[in-house]
Amino acid sequence: MSEQNAKDATANGTKKADPKNIRVPEQDYEKIGLMAGIEIHQQLDTKEKLFCHCPTRLRDVSEKTGEIKRYLRATESEMGEIDRAAEEEMKKQNRIYTYYEFDSTCLVENDEEPPAPMNPEAFELSLIIAKMMGMTPVQQVHVMRKLVIDGSNTSGFQRTSLVALNGRIPCIEGGAGIDSLCLEEDAAQRVEGDIFSLDRLGIPLVEITTAPDLKTPQEVKEAAKYIGMLLRSTGRVKRGLGTIRQDVNISIKGGARVEIKGVQDLALIDEVVRREILRQQNLIAIRDELIKRGAKVLKEVYDVTELFRDTESSILKRAKCILAIRLQGFNGLVGREIQPGRRLGSEISDYAKKCGVGGLFHTDELPAYGVTADEVAKLRGFTGAMPEDCVILVADTKKKAQCAIGQIIKRSELSFEGVLEETRKMLEGGSTAYMRPLPGAARMYPETDVLPVNLPTEYWDNLVIPELLTAKEERFVKELGLDPALANNIAFSVRCGLFEKAVKNGIKPALAARTIYATLREIKRDGADVAKISDDAILQLLTAVEKGEAAKEAVPDILKAVAGGADVRKAMEEISPSVSTEELSGVIAKIVTERSDFVKAQGMRALGPLMGVVMQEMRGKVDGKVISNILKEEIQKVLN
Amino acid sequence: MTGTDNTINAKTNADGNSAKPSGNSCGSGGSHGYSAGCKVICRYAGCEYKGSYITERDGKAVVKLPSGYNIGVEYSALTPTDEAANAAPAPKKIEQNESLPKLSIISTGGTIASKIDYRTGAVTSQFEADDILRAIPDLKNIAQFSAHVPATILSENMTVDIWKTLARTIYDEIKAGTKGIIVTHGTDTLAYSAAAISFMVKTPVPIIFVGSQRSADRPSSDNVMNGMCSAAAALSDLGEVAVVMHGTTDDDYCSIHRGTRVRKMHTSRRDAFRSMNIKPLGKVDYPSLDVKLEGDAVRRGTNEVELFDSMEENVGLVYFYPGMRPEIISAFNGYKGLIIAGTGLGHTSSLCIDAIRHLIETGTTVVMTSQCLNGRVCDRVYDTGRDLLDAGIIEGEDLLPEVAFVKLMWVLGNEKDPEKIKELMKTDLRGETGRCLKNV
Ligand SMILES: [Zn+2]
Repeated sequence: MSEQNAKDATANGTKKADPKNIRVPEQDYEKIGLMAGIEIHQQLDTKEKLFCHCPTRLRDVSEKTGEIKRYLRATESEMGEIDRAAEEEMKKQNRIYTYYEFDSTCLVENDEEPPAPMNPEAFELSLIIAKMMGMTPVQQVHVMRKLVIDGSNTSGFQRTSLVALNGRIPCIEGGAGIDSLCLEEDAAQRVEGDIFSLDRLGIPLVEITTAPDLKTPQEVKEAAKYIGMLLRSTGRVKRGLGTIRQDVNISIKGGARVEIKGVQDLALIDEVVRREILRQQNLIAIRDELIKRGAKVLKEVYDVTELFRDTESSILKRAKCILAIRLQGFNGLVGREIQPGRRLGSEISDYAKKCGVGGLFHTDELPAYGVTADEVAKLRGFTGAMPEDCVILVADTKKKAQCAIGQIIKRSELSFEGVLEETRKMLEGGSTAYMRPLPGAARMYPETDVLPVNLPTEYWDNLVIPELLTAKEERFVKELGLDPALANNIAFSVRCGLFEKAVKNGIKPALAARTIYATLREIKRDGADVAKISDDAILQLLTAVEKGEAAKEAVPDILKAVAGGADVRKAMEEISPSVSTEELSGVIAKIVTERSDFVKAQGMRALGPLMGVVMQEMRGKVDGKVISNILKEEIQKVLN
Repeated sequence: MTGTDNTINAKTNADGNSAKPSGNSCGSGGSHGYSAGCKVICRYAGCEYKGSYITERDGKAVVKLPSGYNIGVEYSALTPTDEAANAAPAPKKIEQNESLPKLSIISTGGTIASKIDYRTGAVTSQFEADDILRAIPDLKNIAQFSAHVPATILSENMTVDIWKTLARTIYDEIKAGTKGIIVTHGTDTLAYSAAAISFMVKTPVPIIFVGSQRSADRPSSDNVMNGMCSAAAALSDLGEVAVVMHGTTDDDYCSIHRGTRVRKMHTSRRDAFRSMNIKPLGKVDYPSLDVKLEGDAVRRGTNEVELFDSMEENVGLVYFYPGMRPEIISAFNGYKGLIIAGTGLGHTSSLCIDAIRHLIETGTTVVMTSQCLNGRVCDRVYDTGRDLLDAGIIEGEDLLPEVAFVKLMWVLGNEKDPEKIKELMKTDLRGETGRCLKNV
């Protein structure tokens, strides 16, 4: 079905560019009243999880030690209202979820044991981050349960707590407000379908929410970049793929607040904003057009299974039940593109998919996909559709088709409201699909198994804020004389702490930076497993080089050996055995004496050629500078 | 509804929030003039938030912000508003299908159903039939239910008086023709109560004890599966008192345990309840609700209904430990009965034997059970055991200490002759002991 995936760009034979690669043009954002904010979720690199004592280590699925199977049920909480998002998920009830256990998970992840008290290390770190953004901490922090019944939490809720409020960051001109910082547990990772793995569940996350102060797609990107930098400045957050996730909140004048989840790639975040603006503008335009046309969603459902008895369309042929509805005055609008690769029909299809159907067909895209013009004409005739009408079809089992047609009617009617408040998920390329309505406050209730945490003023006052990576970068240029590009690289590298320690220990900044940033990269490119090289090993090697005990030239080879499992001392001895100054002087004196005629003839110009001879003799065992100094002395002796 | 006279109020939820019904605006009661759910302005962190007052915690006011998060702040941060708290929504009446078989749900206070307070977000237990049917909506598709609430207590506060009320309520329901009984119960003392009812009510129909290990307010709670399986067991061919709870950590089936052979063997897991010394009586698959009974399960209609609600309350249970001073034993002077959970085959230290002898000589029935839980007591193997027998203890066979405790209460409540008491303690009355221990 066309709205089943985004591959229908070739429908009706019109070849278009791959929607993934399209870049939506910029607009006058002030004029369209763009308001955007972001939510950053960052995993903390703590020793233990937030509510149990398991390590915060991600595992490979093949390492699982067992699995458990559970149902989740939306507790029809008598809170006055059922949460909209939870209600939406309830439609998908009665599916059993499978969870993978590991030797690094426990009964807390299994929802078989009450949570431990909140991890003090994670709490402290979340407060440090809050302090870095000028926020006010909450005096008494209460852990809440946020209902999440998509299976990603064994309990059916995510534990979360509001830790600090109202800060500001100088990421854009005039700065941007930070509304809140929450400390929460990460969810279980989806392996596939309804299977989750429990290794990630419970890893501490900070959720940072900006105010809707961001006025352009570029500002959204700047804010995300700044917060990412600020988080990494602590040196205590997880790094790498999936450890940081961005959600974007967007609205435009006349539109509605939409939350886009799971933007993992910072490079795409501005494109996501541009595409969402476009989507909202197009939905508003479609609404206006529908009203102008006096369009209407007719609720009569037609069973058209018989009409397609002999169809060439494999999906329709397979289906036990095909249902249709007529959208009066919708012709051309259901198939209208609202953002690259997405049409109004895609939005309607997203609703239908909640019933488990694969998608839908609409007459704006037919005939195609094996449905003939003749069949379309019959369908139009059967449903009494006029040329200005659109007919939507859905095919599946009777139960699913009936559920889906209800959803199709619901979403089609909502087209008259323009933009809807929704949670959406990002698709490849930066367009989005509907997930569920925006959750409300109704899905939060207290986690009674965890006691509130009081925050004494002195504790907060004594928290030390780390230096920002951008400030470090500047300092490295100014104080250490590093090249600006190298300063940036080393400041943002995971081994920045090692660099600073090395410099403190008297290693020359340029040598330390080059080794820690460039050399490691180079030998990694050559296939060395640099993760196996400890900070201590690097420090030991640099100290030896600084003392002249190992040659600078031998550093890459020594590090490669260490990456291969060698002890750093041994590697140095083998690859660059230390040569005593006496021994070296002897060798050099011998070489110079043997060539005294040459030296006398050439004078100090002999230094270059003799350098080569000595270096070859020492085979990288001694630093070139040391050789050059001794050689100079010896030449002087001969000349004198 | 019956039995509400005996209602003992449950403690409020674990958060200590007492959710007083109130549609009041702020400034009309409660702590510092704030009552639960009332609307306040909270000035904090240089912002103004419109929130709801929840409760007081360690001297701080707990406020729910519009985002749903609770925070604790100084009372000085709050300003009352005129806006009234949200009114409680009227609960929907649940329609029952009168063509379905009748089951009775008897609540003692277990949290098989609970609800979230609409103003405070606090969780409270619910006991009415409608509440239970709201929590486990599929129940109404397999039976029609009448509900009785003889008590609403935390199960650690269970008393013999409540057992008596419970036994009478069950007896009345069976007399009135119910097809089966479901007793919802907190899990802490559920096994004690199941044993007590086993002795107090002889039954032709299933009497199923059920609880939940993971609170009913969580979407992952075991209450739904346990509730459904207990209803299926209550409609089944079973004819005795049983406990129906998760058989494994998965949501795949519930085990049916004999009321006199079951023990809570884990503090928090779903599958905490285990049959001891025998295999479970059967299982209920989920979600199919197919019931499978083993051959030795007592079948429906085997017994006539009978009530024996006399219990001797002056009975103690003591856990022997190395170095225990005889004064601990002597503290039970004047008790009608004492169960000792001894070591191994059923021992105490030699030092305690004189105190035990004195106890028995002054009219206390002393029964020896084992801390091993699995296996039979035998005091004829070692000297200490023989000395204990000589002092007059009764070997508690393969009785669980808690079951022996309940049984002794019941035996002493119904029999005064010491010889007959001894014989009854050693005789299998409700499947609580067996002459042959199987290899399970
Ligand atoms: Zn754990």
